[in-house]
Amino acid sequence: MEFVGKILFMAVMAIFVQNFVLMRFLGLCPYIGVSKKLDSAIGMGMAVIFVMTMASTFTWLIHTYLLIPLHIEFLQTIAFILTIASLVQLVEMVIQKTAPALYKSLGVFLPLITTNCAVLGVAILNIQSEYNFLFAILNGLFGGIGFTLVLILMAGIRERLERAELPVSMKGMPISMIVAGSMALAFLGFSGLKF
Amino acid sequence: MTLFKEFTKGFIKENPVFVMALGLCPTLAVTSSVENAIGMGLATTFVLAFSNIFISLLKNLIPSKIRIPAFIVVIASFVTIVDMVMHAYVPAIHKSLGLFIPLIVVNCIILGRAEAFASKNNVFRSILDGLGMGLGFTLALIVIGGIREILGAGQFLGYNLFPETFQPMLVAILAPGAFIVMGLLMGLMNLKKKK
Repeated sequence: MEFVGKILFMAVMAIFVQNFVLMRFLGLCPYIGVSKKLDSAIGMGMAVIFVMTMASTFTWLIHTYLLIPLHIEFLQTIAFILTIASLVQLVEMVIQKTAPALYKSLGVFLPLITTNCAVLGVAILNIQSEYNFLFAILNGLFGGIGFTLVLILMAGIRERLERAELPVSMKGMPISMIVAGSMALAFLGFSGLKF
Repeated sequence: MTLFKEFTKGFIKENPVFVMALGLCPTLAVTSSVENAIGMGLATTFVLAFSNIFISLLKNLIPSKIRIPAFIVVIASFVTIVDMVMHAYVPAIHKSLGLFIPLIVVNCIILGRAEAFASKNNVFRSILDGLGMGLGFTLALIVIGGIREILGAGQFLGYNLFPETFQPMLVAILAPGAFIVMGLLMGLMNLKKKK
């Protein structure tokens, strides 16, 4: 029971209280860039959940079984970014071969993910917080879900903003930032949650 | 373009943050105080200048198909150097910037300049471009950091600006304030551009 509780606690922390986009400022470029349409937001979200989970898994394994035994932890940044870049490439090829339909909907987003700082961010956070293997994977999964949640919410709001009357100079990026600010204000409320 | 213009274009005309909206994650995450803003800005400037030098020197040796991974390895090496140097000499700033130092690797400004400028120009121009863009980034961080620190803490670089009865707007140094200040500044830039 305690174990389930721990996982639930982690889910709430990663999705709401320490949301990757609104509280940690990770992955803002896709958050602003891909949130113009609901469809593409959902596609991007799914791709990020997938890659963040995979990246957490592999970077944890590489850190524990390669970097630590060889005492080259200082190469963490280089090792992780290369792992993520090749992982994204590999995932792209596998999906293209095995699930062409899925590739069609996710394909365009995959190359963008290499430079998504949420992916590298979660990999480094897993090591810094000294999570064990299972929790590292779950942190990646929940982090991705949190990212997708705010991305989809944002896309919904922005589709409506298209028709709103705004001062011309606030259209586009500026108003999106203000909307993100109000969303962050709402999410700040979650930090009052006590367990 | 004259050499002087090459250097100064990053300050205002092609400012990476306000005009090109690149590198949003570190911009919003580290600007809760001016001190952090300067630390992050200079670290990024260092990486940008040196990665530009090396990429410009190596541009004829790197096959164009694998240029992006090659650029990332060069950038990641300099980020590792910055990470270690800051850890050794300015541990306080290193600690408060935390995760965002390794994340300089995925800052789109650096990869963007490598791809758009250093891989097409000679070494001298690339140094000027790297330094100029880096200082433009630092400038933008100081402006945002200054506004947030003055509003949110009533301080500038740690010095109190107001009498003790002043009630600071705490929200400005929390996460929502970052988005809102950034959105308003972008709106102002748009307004100025149209005039």
